[in-house]
Amino acid sequence: MASLIHCPHCGVRPKEEFSIRGDASLVRPDPEASDEAWHEYVHIRANPRGRYLEHWQHVAGCRRWLVVERDTFTHQVFSVTDGAAAARGTSR
Amino acid sequence: MRYSAFSIVKNALTGNVNWKPAWRQPEPKPYYDVIIVGGGGHGLATAYYLAKEFGLKNIAVVEKGYLGSGNVGRNTTIVRSNYMLPGNEPFYEFSMKLWEGMEQELNYNAMLSQRGIINLYHNDSQRDAYIRRGNAMWMEGVPAELLDRAALKKMLPFLNFDHARFPIMGGLLQKRGGTARHDAVAWGYARAADRLGVDLIQNCEVTGIRRENGVVTGVETSKGFIGCGKLGLAAAGNTSRVGEMADLKLPIESHVLQAFVTEGLKPAIDHVITYGAGHFYISQSDKGGLVFGAEIDGYNSYAQRGNLATVEHVMEEGVMMIPGLSRVRVLRSWGGVMDMSMDGSPIISHTPIDNLYLNCGWCYGGFKATPASGWCFAHLIARDETHPVARFLRLDRFERGYPIDEHGAGPQPNLH
Repeated sequence: MASLIHCPHCGVRPKEEFSIRGDASLVRPDPEASDEAWHEYVHIRANPRGRYLEHWQHVAGCRRWLVVERDTFTHQVFSVTDGAAAARGTSR
Repeated sequence: MRYSAFSIVKNALTGNVNWKPAWRQPEPKPYYDVIIVGGGGHGLATAYYLAKEFGLKNIAVVEKGYLGSGNVGRNTTIVRSNYMLPGNEPFYEFSMKLWEGMEQELNYNAMLSQRGIINLYHNDSQRDAYIRRGNAMWMEGVPAELLDRAALKKMLPFLNFDHARFPIMGGLLQKRGGTARHDAVAWGYARAADRLGVDLIQNCEVTGIRRENGVVTGVETSKGFIGCGKLGLAAAGNTSRVGEMADLKLPIESHVLQAFVTEGLKPAIDHVITYGAGHFYISQSDKGGLVFGAEIDGYNSYAQRGNLATVEHVMEEGVMMIPGLSRVRVLRSWGGVMDMSMDGSPIISHTPIDNLYLNCGWCYGGFKATPASGWCFAHLIARDETHPVARFLRLDRFERGYPIDEHGAGPQPNLH
């Protein structure tokens, strides 16, 4: 994996400062949504081999949640966005 | 050719030029009754038991690389059945019993060594958890033994008993657990399956799954279309990719797990030992190298290599448990792609497509399950019904609300 991550708040930092939570492409369903919708959100994963959106937290830095676009095979990092900004961008 | 002490002597005296290849290299036929995708331990075992136990004739295994090129040759070779939950324990004990008779059945030396596996505990609550697990094992008829500190000190004097934060108080022992030569398991099943007429087609990547009227009719491969009556998927870390070809939505993430081996040493560690304060596990191979590993790296990965941060973490855990390890040099490390399921337990199941069967979600416990996985998957494919010991390992258990979560970590694959 890329050893340096460009945090939008802290600049270039070693990746060990971050913790990785997982898939950032999932959208939490409405509380009243169907069981199927919740099952898909909780259990089903696209698990792509290639570009992947992931939630990272900069735990040893600004502690902000970030959305990192990364390749799951080459580990190349394409972009790092603040989580809130990413959520606004997709107009959730 | 049947392997025996006599055949070794005979071939040695004749210059070792008369050995035959262990299996054929067939070209794919246009149609098979059953095709298994994935020529690893589970796929090969499935093909073997389909032919041996369920009497099927026209079977193929298609493998994108060479046989045993995936996780069956990348694990730390541990064999055990010390699970707790009723959905898991009978299955793994079935596997343990198959291990015990496997070498004779396959006529292949898998170097099974039932040296005992010891899970260490470091505090009262962990001891209670292990007592509970030991009792759960006994309830399924699997012997387990609780060792106190004095007994452990006698057996494993090299452990760090008086660590300030994680003193070792004892351990749970399963005497029948141990190790097996992992490559030999793949080769043994491959050879035995080949002798029963199974076609093992290597370097043949599945690129598509052809369906008509809602059922599978065959697979598109790098060697052309191959028709089939039933299709079984045993693609481990690539399960999601293969499943996608049949529009399966799966509760699987692919993660990387690393393993390590040191330079060869004289016999030093007689058992398989796992650390209770971390996830570290270690044993010594017959060649003398210490084989060990710990957690997955914790992020989705299809690369068969890991990160240095995890390497450092594993080494720290190892030295915490056995201080003497700091003097040993690591020879090699490698990574494997794990099909992590949402509850940490495997899936051997029907799918929404009638003649498509799924075997996946082995997380990093697939090796010990190889024989039972093969048997139960063969049972499912041949009879179209679930084997009794695998009845909880269904794909639909997640949406029905019956996960089998040994760790109690919830639907978060990087925590299992």
